[in-house]
Amino acid sequence: MEPFATLSGIAVPLEEANLDTNQLCPTRFNKVPKAARFAQILLHDRRFNADGSEKPEYILNQEPYRRAVIAVAGRNFGVGSSRETAVFGLIGFGIRCVIAPSFGDIFFGNALRNGLLPVRLPGATVAELMRQLIGQRGARLGIDLPNQTVTGPDGTIHRFEIAPLSKRRLLRGLDEIAHTREYAGAIRRFEDDAKKSFPWLYS
Amino acid sequence: MIGMRTLFDKIWDNHVVAREEDETLLYVDRCLIHEGSRHTFDTLHERGLSIAHPDKVFAFSDHYIPTDPRARAGGVAGIADPEIRNMVELLIRNTDAYGIARFGWGDDRQGILHVAGPELGLSLPGIVLLGADSHTSTHGAFGNLSFGIGASETTHVVATQTIWQRRPGTLRITIEGPLGFGVTAKDVILAVIARIGIGGAIGHAIEYAGSTVTRMSMNERMTICNMSIEAGAKAGMIAPDDTTYEFLANRAFAPKDRAWDDALRFWRTLPSDPQASFGKEVAIDAACVVPMVTWGTNPEQALPITSRVPDPGAEEDLDRRAEYGKALSYMGLTPGMPLADIAVDRVFIGSCTNSRIEDMRAAAAVARRGRAVVPAWVVPGSQSVKRQAEAEGLDRIFTDAGFEWRAAGCSLCTALNGDQLRPGERCASTSNRNFQGRQGPLGRTHLMSPAMAAAAALRGRLTDVRALGRSG
Repeated sequence: MEPFATLSGIAVPLEEANLDTNQLCPTRFNKVPKAARFAQILLHDRRFNADGSEKPEYILNQEPYRRAVIAVAGRNFGVGSSRETAVFGLIGFGIRCVIAPSFGDIFFGNALRNGLLPVRLPGATVAELMRQLIGQRGARLGIDLPNQTVTGPDGTIHRFEIAPLSKRRLLRGLDEIAHTREYAGAIRRFEDDAKKSFPWLYS
Repeated sequence: MIGMRTLFDKIWDNHVVAREEDETLLYVDRCLIHEGSRHTFDTLHERGLSIAHPDKVFAFSDHYIPTDPRARAGGVAGIADPEIRNMVELLIRNTDAYGIARFGWGDDRQGILHVAGPELGLSLPGIVLLGADSHTSTHGAFGNLSFGIGASETTHVVATQTIWQRRPGTLRITIEGPLGFGVTAKDVILAVIARIGIGGAIGHAIEYAGSTVTRMSMNERMTICNMSIEAGAKAGMIAPDDTTYEFLANRAFAPKDRAWDDALRFWRTLPSDPQASFGKEVAIDAACVVPMVTWGTNPEQALPITSRVPDPGAEEDLDRRAEYGKALSYMGLTPGMPLADIAVDRVFIGSCTNSRIEDMRAAAAVARRGRAVVPAWVVPGSQSVKRQAEAEGLDRIFTDAGFEWRAAGCSLCTALNGDQLRPGERCASTSNRNFQGRQGPLGRTHLMSPAMAAAAALRGRLTDVRALGRSG
């Protein structure tokens, strides 16, 4: 996983609330291998017509948002299915951070495990960031993970919360499986105990 | 009260391997995967990882397998679309390579992981069961902690038999009283989601309680827990009781003999202590629940069938006004029109929410009273449900009424296997998601119960099943 420390760049306002995983990655693309076409797959049916041509009115098809590295979105971003392809799409497009008032739990976990930073900020803060981004096309946001801050276009600094372990993994690009391997002894002890305490599960 | 624990607390505490900061390394007892789990196997191959306990991983052929009985007779090689065929073949190759039990093509135990899994007795009280699918919350109906995970988490689970989690909050939803005529578990859960919203349970494990729930069969409980994820919940669960134990007794993977007695003793300690406190509480009066249908593009946009399509202009909240407007535009509906005036092009009875034997019986009880006037599919959730329904003659009732009786799989709920709506088509569906494009690009979905969907097939429009009267 690519480490994440700080990020500054163009932020795209995705005003819609409840952008579910079916929108982020339409189901028919779940069978596509990672890497390949995911830049195109992100929000595919919002961005493209049935014949494959672009919908010019969709914000991600406009300059300067083709170069967006941050998305600011409405509440319940990424609710729905467990498809990790929703995260592959964002990363494939070049987005490394999504700011929203709330996220689907599974999407949130999937994002952290792929080096995409999900930032929860209060609804009013997100609405204000959205207002500034709309008013000032191509405005930039700054993300500082070590200090857990988002710097808005007007210079206002907003602090966000993130679980310490998730933060450390992102900062160092740590591999979760390698980290868990350090607990191999504890896992073995748990299994030995469980066989005694819950023999019915091991019979 | 100190020392008083909820069902969730007890299961969580029993599975803690280690803690680091505010995250917990939880032990995972069982992991369910399916044809869509390709990204997990891709990573295992790339990194040369092995599976910690292949005997704790179970694979189901469901998302991509054809449900057309003729295609099923043709074998895997007969799947016309090479990408779909590849997904079916990948599961076979990968499970063979890693020594994982597969309930797949040609196996009489094949079915949707959340239908066939419980039939096999894989979903036991008190365990942690994870699945590579968001509707894994279904299994919580047996009094366990079950939730869906993404491909990276699945890779971690099969490689280490554990998962890192922050402890979610607890939310108890208490539903009291008898359900009215024509009202089902599906209507109850749609009413719950309409009440708390699609983000209403984010970060929380729901426990469903109350007399309405304890009176429910396991099939009904699974329908309730299945859609917990549609309220954003981490998990949904129901305390195990005699209904649970009766369902599990003698299932293939349930404990037997002395082990069954040990298990039963332990399972009886699991229900939440009477004084245990929950982070949040919601109460629902079952008497107020009527047959529900969704009108919009997410599951909270649901109303009683007796209502009218909402008028966005009447919404004071500007965000909601915009949301409603977009939903109606996608759905092609006019504000103020009665929901019962909405004509449908297709009907789908199936999915991990509503494809169990009781769902088949409920739909057949309506179907036998008329004839489908639009194409209507009935897709049993498992080969076992299919056999049982056929033994009861339900397949004949459906086909005599002009419904199409198909083979087991996810089918038109996920629209992955080629079963899908055409652009603009409107479907009365017993599935779980009415998201834009869920049943096919530009397809329009109205969620409802099996009886309501069958009624829609007979009338060609959304229909209050109660208007058909009690079956004679």
